[in-house]
Amino acid sequence: MDLGPHAAFIIAAYSASALILALLIGWIAIENRSLKRTLADFEARGITRRSDERKATLRKAEPRQSPA
Amino acid sequence: MALIDLANPTRFLSLSGRALPWLAAATALAFAYGFWLTAGAPDDYQQGATVKIMFIHVPSAWLAMFGWMVMSIAALGTLVWRHPLADMAAKAAAPIGATFTLICLITGSLWGRPMWGTYWVWDARLTSVFVLFLMYLGVIALWRTVDDPTRAGRAAAILTLVGAINIPIIKFSVDWWNTLHQPASVVKMSGPAIHPTILLPLLAMAAAFTLLFITLHVAAMRNEILKRRVRSMHMMQAEAAPGR
Amino acid sequence: MNGLGALFLRDIRIAIRIGGGAMIGVLFFMSVVTLMPFAIGPDLALLTRIGPAILWLGALLASLLALDRLLAADQEDGSLDLLTMGPAPLELSVGVKALAHWLTTALPLVIASPVLALFLNLDLLATAAVTATLLVGTPALTFIGLIGAALTVTLRRGGLLLPVLILPLAIPVLIFGVAASNAAVVGPVTFGTPFTILCALTLMSLVVGPFAAAAALRAGQE
Repeated sequence: MDLGPHAAFIIAAYSASALILALLIGWIAIENRSLKRTLADFEARGITRRSDERKATLRKAEPRQSPA
Repeated sequence: MALIDLANPTRFLSLSGRALPWLAAATALAFAYGFWLTAGAPDDYQQGATVKIMFIHVPSAWLAMFGWMVMSIAALGTLVWRHPLADMAAKAAAPIGATFTLICLITGSLWGRPMWGTYWVWDARLTSVFVLFLMYLGVIALWRTVDDPTRAGRAAAILTLVGAINIPIIKFSVDWWNTLHQPASVVKMSGPAIHPTILLPLLAMAAAFTLLFITLHVAAMRNEILKRRVRSMHMMQAEAAPGR
Repeated sequence: MNGLGALFLRDIRIAIRIGGGAMIGVLFFMSVVTLMPFAIGPDLALLTRIGPAILWLGALLASLLALDRLLAADQEDGSLDLLTMGPAPLELSVGVKALAHWLTTALPLVIASPVLALFLNLDLLATAAVTATLLVGTPALTFIGLIGAALTVTLRRGGLLLPVLILPLAIPVLIFGVAASNAAVVGPVTFGTPFTILCALTLMSLVVGPFAAAAALRAGQE
């Protein structure tokens, strides 16, 4: 694909956009993982939300599933 | 299962969790199609191959404005209907909209240098898009500065609605003040003024970018819901402190 | 109406008192405007060309700095809560406060600008144009600033957030203010066009400002 005399600008534009989007996607993904880890940490320490405890007592026989 | 069930955060989490992989896949496919069309697009007789920058610049501009409109609707949801997810929709949309505004400014600048001879000029459209970027940063700063999420949501909602006046200014600025930036050629009263060989890749990339926005917005809203849970767990932990 | 009148007089009296801050804005305005020639150099022709812009920037910055005085003192001693719960509509109360603020903080700037225009080598026409645009445009700055003040009044670390929020909204006022001033001197656009738009911006802010600020105050107190 011949990009002509201004190829450098075209490549720079596409690369900059790709980089910025990659950073945004990465930030959202990393934050998600860290939040899930924090919530799992709370649950391991026995601190749960009131609605989770209610569900646990309602479904004593079934194994409790994680909220997310 | 009615739409109102989406208002429940837990419900939203489980539904969005199942929808997210599909949204991501659709986005990837849309970009693949868009890039394929972009690569095959002909050179513009005036601008040569640099017209390929337009296929990123214009969709990101559209989404920059779309982001603020999403935030404005969410702001109405917060202030008028007190919808539980409205706050989180607004907060999640802000960084994503800001990112697309930044991409619009950078790609526009890189396009302007070979075509206009300058990286930047203070014409009406560039100035108002830059002002939009500053407003995004202001809203993000406001979200981070107010401690209580509910109060932050209401303050941000008011600021968002006051700033919404800028969106029509951006759209019509190129027609009201015709200085350097090209006037409207797609969304006009008389229909698009671009040849289909260029219009089709543009619309395909716009669709891909929109899907990307929706995917990222849903993912970011899920993060917001989890953040609220972490916050309430911290508070429960602080309440229960000694006897543990 | 009696209550609003009393509120208005109270605000003016407090501002004029020592420590009330009414004249500080003018001093800052003078400092900014006199600093510019030191930074730019004694090129008189250049100063004439950018003189209106310097005056407008100085007025904008001086207004921004004075803004947190608008509501912060009342927030601290609890009178803001009384105003919110009082018989007069909150929109009118904050509007009256903003008007008093403009009279004591911004109007001195407008009166000082012809004097400072001398330092910037502006001729009579340019001076008159700048003063007129400042007279019409500074209320817009005050009432837009009112929104920012209301949003940040309950924050402990509000600080610089207020200017950050207000600046994007104040940019159109600045643009048209300077455009009108320059149009009177240079053309090609006539003075009337940007000046009318500046008037429109001010009128809009007179309405949007109090309503948005009242909503922000109510939202911040729940």
